[in-house]
Amino acid sequence: MRRSGITSFILWVCLTILTLLPVWWMLVVSMRPRVKLYSKSVLIDDLYWDNFLAVLNSSTFLQYLWNSMVVATSNAALVCALGLLAAFGLSRFKISGGDNVFFWLITNRMAPPAVFLLPLFLLFTKWFVFGDFMLFDTKIGLILLYCVFNLPFAIWLLKGMLDGIPLELDEAARVDGATTGQVLSHVILPLARPGLAVTFILTWIFAWNEYLFAATLTSSAGARTVTTALAEYVSVTGTNWGEMAAMAFLTTLPALVVLGFVQKHIVTGLTFGALKG
Amino acid sequence: MRQSNIGWLFLAPATLILFVVGFLPFIYILYVGFFDWNTNAVDPTLRWAGLQNYRSLVFDTTFLNSLARTLVFAFFVVISELLLGYILARALMADRLWGRQFFRTIHTLPIVVAPIAVGATWRLLCVPGFGIVPYYLKLWFGIDYNISTNAYHAFGTAIIMDLWHWTPFVTLSLMAGLTALPKEPLEQAQIDGGNKLQIFWYVIVPMLKPVLLTTVFIRLMDALRSVDEIWMLTKGGPAEATRFIGLHIWINVFPKTDYGYGAAMSLLTLYVTIVLSWLLFVAMTGRKGGAQ
Repeated sequence: MRRSGITSFILWVCLTILTLLPVWWMLVVSMRPRVKLYSKSVLIDDLYWDNFLAVLNSSTFLQYLWNSMVVATSNAALVCALGLLAAFGLSRFKISGGDNVFFWLITNRMAPPAVFLLPLFLLFTKWFVFGDFMLFDTKIGLILLYCVFNLPFAIWLLKGMLDGIPLELDEAARVDGATTGQVLSHVILPLARPGLAVTFILTWIFAWNEYLFAATLTSSAGARTVTTALAEYVSVTGTNWGEMAAMAFLTTLPALVVLGFVQKHIVTGLTFGALKG
Repeated sequence: MRQSNIGWLFLAPATLILFVVGFLPFIYILYVGFFDWNTNAVDPTLRWAGLQNYRSLVFDTTFLNSLARTLVFAFFVVISELLLGYILARALMADRLWGRQFFRTIHTLPIVVAPIAVGATWRLLCVPGFGIVPYYLKLWFGIDYNISTNAYHAFGTAIIMDLWHWTPFVTLSLMAGLTALPKEPLEQAQIDGGNKLQIFWYVIVPMLKPVLLTTVFIRLMDALRSVDEIWMLTKGGPAEATRFIGLHIWINVFPKTDYGYGAAMSLLTLYVTIVLSWLLFVAMTGRKGGAQ
């Protein structure tokens, strides 16, 4: 066992280097002044922040950053609230055809986005138009749309957690005269709080990372998100690598920050708990 | 457990939203696919076309090539990630390991990075004249590596990028699956004198099947629909070497505003995706026939 421990340790170290190399290179490039950009050294030679400052001084990028914050946060909050209600319904009530509904809800996550771009684009520009307001090119549109992949995920994750809360607690509260709403708010909610936190963080990241819908269903600075900023930047300026790397790094930053907190749940979450990780 | 009506009340908001953003688009695209509809054409209205869109689609070589390319890509990616992931999972499963949690966290990193940033990062690594990959390949091995002119290099890079992005996921999920396996059947098989290959094939694989199935399924779905990374890395080029089906739909339908044809394209892609996942399901569970 000892020998295999050492082999495994060495393997882990090599893999870690391979995993970190691209991200490291991005950081290195983002900290290089233009004159040194074509140096092939993989070390950070000095702390040069102008690329980051240039990106953060652009008002468009700040606007995009703000949009991403608003969209990701609102979507995660919405999805957590609706997900908790749905999970409560599925976990605590006998619903006729409940299993089928659950299955249908979950399959929404598997839909290939490229396939649904066209109908969503048409619906957003031609159908969901109320007077002067149309869902196309609005933050609200994106917030609602991101439910298509985040809501099934939240329902699945929260249902698993609610199933783990003993039914006896509900019964005890009911004996004491609690209504269904009170059971949800005074028994389930406090116990589900850690689960809700994980769900919130993960759905927030998924919403933050999304590109294809944002790129297709928004067109102005009022609604576009950081991922689209990064893509636009690449097509507009081509070779300003330092700033592009800085922008890519800023896009990745939230994920890096929360990684430690939710690391255990990511694989379980992505496989819909088919495996207990 | 209570009566059903109140349960529906809790389920209603989520169902409503998913109906609007998940189900309605599907019905709508099914409908549009039967029409000739181009908002920039002389006649921008919907005209009934029957199956004409689908008929032209079957002879559209760009579309079919792109579909085939996607399947090849998905095949390579899923197979190599599964093999690599399994080998790594076995190798990395030492009982006591210093800094295990730290390594796992680092290994989870690629999974949460935005695909668009993954593409940007790999572009920084691989772009000719700037990235370190072409530079050191030339310097150390004398290889002329150029993703913007050589189709094979671009395709290979797309595969390697996907391996970087998703092998950790396969490794971690297989590790979770392997850890959860009961020990007795393995010990029993060893006592009965099974060799390593036999134990792997007759004991581990059948027990690991649910995990393998889920992992392959998720990876296949994701590989078939990957767009963002490729778009950032190569923009689908050189020529059409890395233009996968999602990208093909995306860069064709919107500039051309040929909605009826785009709808047919999307639906056929969805159909292929569903058929593939069903075939996979049948193959892996050994279940024959249609619905259970």
